[in-house]
Amino acid sequence: MIVPIQTFTFAENDPLVLDSGLTLSPVNLAYETWGTLNAEKSNAILICHALTGSAHAAGYHSEDDKTPGWWDDCIGPGKAFDTDKFFVICSNVIGGCYGSSGPTEIDPNTGKAYGLNFPVITIGDMVRAQVKLIDHLGIGKLVCVAGGSMGGMQVLEWAAHHAERIHAAIPIATTSHHSPMEIAFGEVGRQAIYADPAWNKGDYHESGTGPDAGLAVARMVGHITYLSEESMHQKFGRRLHNLEKYGYEFETEFEVESYLRYNGSKFTQRFDANAYLYITKAMDYFDLTQPSGTLAASFTESTKLRYLVVSFTSDWLYPSYHSKELVRALTAVGADVTYLDIESQWGHDAFLLEVETMTGLLQSFLGRLEKEILAGTS
Amino acid sequence: MISRPDLLTIAELIPAEARVLDLGCDDGELLEYLIEHKQARGSGIELSEDGVLACVRRGLSVRQGNIEEGLADYPDDSLDVVILSQTLPFLNNPTFIINEMLRVGKCAIVSFPNWGYWRCRIEYLLTGRVPQFPDIEQKWDGDKRWQLFTLSDFEDLTQWIGVEIDDRVYLEGNQKIEKGARWRARTAVYALTKAG
Repeated sequence: MIVPIQTFTFAENDPLVLDSGLTLSPVNLAYETWGTLNAEKSNAILICHALTGSAHAAGYHSEDDKTPGWWDDCIGPGKAFDTDKFFVICSNVIGGCYGSSGPTEIDPNTGKAYGLNFPVITIGDMVRAQVKLIDHLGIGKLVCVAGGSMGGMQVLEWAAHHAERIHAAIPIATTSHHSPMEIAFGEVGRQAIYADPAWNKGDYHESGTGPDAGLAVARMVGHITYLSEESMHQKFGRRLHNLEKYGYEFETEFEVESYLRYNGSKFTQRFDANAYLYITKAMDYFDLTQPSGTLAASFTESTKLRYLVVSFTSDWLYPSYHSKELVRALTAVGADVTYLDIESQWGHDAFLLEVETMTGLLQSFLGRLEKEILAGTS
Repeated sequence: MISRPDLLTIAELIPAEARVLDLGCDDGELLEYLIEHKQARGSGIELSEDGVLACVRRGLSVRQGNIEEGLADYPDDSLDVVILSQTLPFLNNPTFIINEMLRVGKCAIVSFPNWGYWRCRIEYLLTGRVPQFPDIEQKWDGDKRWQLFTLSDFEDLTQWIGVEIDDRVYLEGNQKIEKGARWRARTAVYALTKAG
């Protein structure tokens, strides 16, 4: 499955107003699609990506491309999101560095990369841009919006504030409001970037070298939160990396150190440090308990939707109780909710790894949605 | 077709188009039946992952959860019927659950195995052991021991809680029992409503 990246540009004349009060113009949104949009435009699904994801959720960019999209296990013919039936869309968030407007893009006012002149964005802003894309594609109502982690936050944002545009919401391994612990991990990552002299207060895009060391540390912290203690035992144990015995020196000795260093450094080749700042900040602002003070109040206009909420038992970044809290709020407003806390040892990463259970669950849920949409009961 | 006779009896007690919540709904057999044959608007709560997955395969809305935690997030009187089928003996606090069921629903339907069934009585008398119930096997390595209920026990409980018995059906297999139910019924189905 070879898929091209497409770009939708809007807000050239009518700037996008952001939650901060600032505006963005024009706005570029990179997206990819799989499957065929039917004549009624009624079979579209939007997939939302996580912190460091991109629009490239499935398939390959070229014949020589070795790595498929980030959720290729679940998107494709006969897979959980069956592209023989559905038209699946994934768009890169604004503030990112994979083709959508973000700090690496050239600011039309200065002719230089935005850097920290890019306005601070929120999950609400990301979704506002996605709504424009769905308008542009001529889709009135999506079958569902689905995503894990930060993707799940976008799903909840769609459900809370754009309910009339979707039949169902599938938030996976996520939260309705970032907890102090999650903000704390975000801040450690940001501080690592600030502390790297090459960051240069965000002004490095012209210099050719960015704050790779800082960004790598941020990624390492992130990786720890995506695993679980049990999965780290399984993956690495106390095993040494290419060593028979301790070297009594400050080199990479343990397998887990080697894993973190490798992934940290690999990450700097594919991600931008400023984009990391913008996106983690957007997640920290996310709080659907506001402005009313209760989560349920955010969903009082969204009770007609079908919800499939999924969490994983060993996820300690977005622990199951976050999802349970969401399920309780949705139940309180009388929404139709299905919830499963999948038994898994893989921590937060489980949402990408528990493919078999997720496939069964998603196929059943989507099968039901298809029937209800056809019958006009959804 | 539905396999357990008590489920069919429960279905008979439920009015058409009722808003139904099935506590401990297992694989969703009853809920599916109620939606298809009674046009119910139904959902369930189920503890096991396999149960939830089976329900979703049937196209049902089910929440994974422990009913012992209560139904706090369900608003008062938000449902017509709340069902507890064959789960009563496993509850730590049946009073709490029955009160919750009647807070949330207009009617509570409870089915359970009758430990006053004649074979249980004889087994106890002859073996000196707490009688086993073939429908819900009790193992020493199981999670917990059941709390035994006879029809009389359950009726005492409802009186103590202060709820009305609206309807009662006694079963031996598929047969409804009219006379001598206290020792002849294997399964009982009660429909409860708030007193007054």
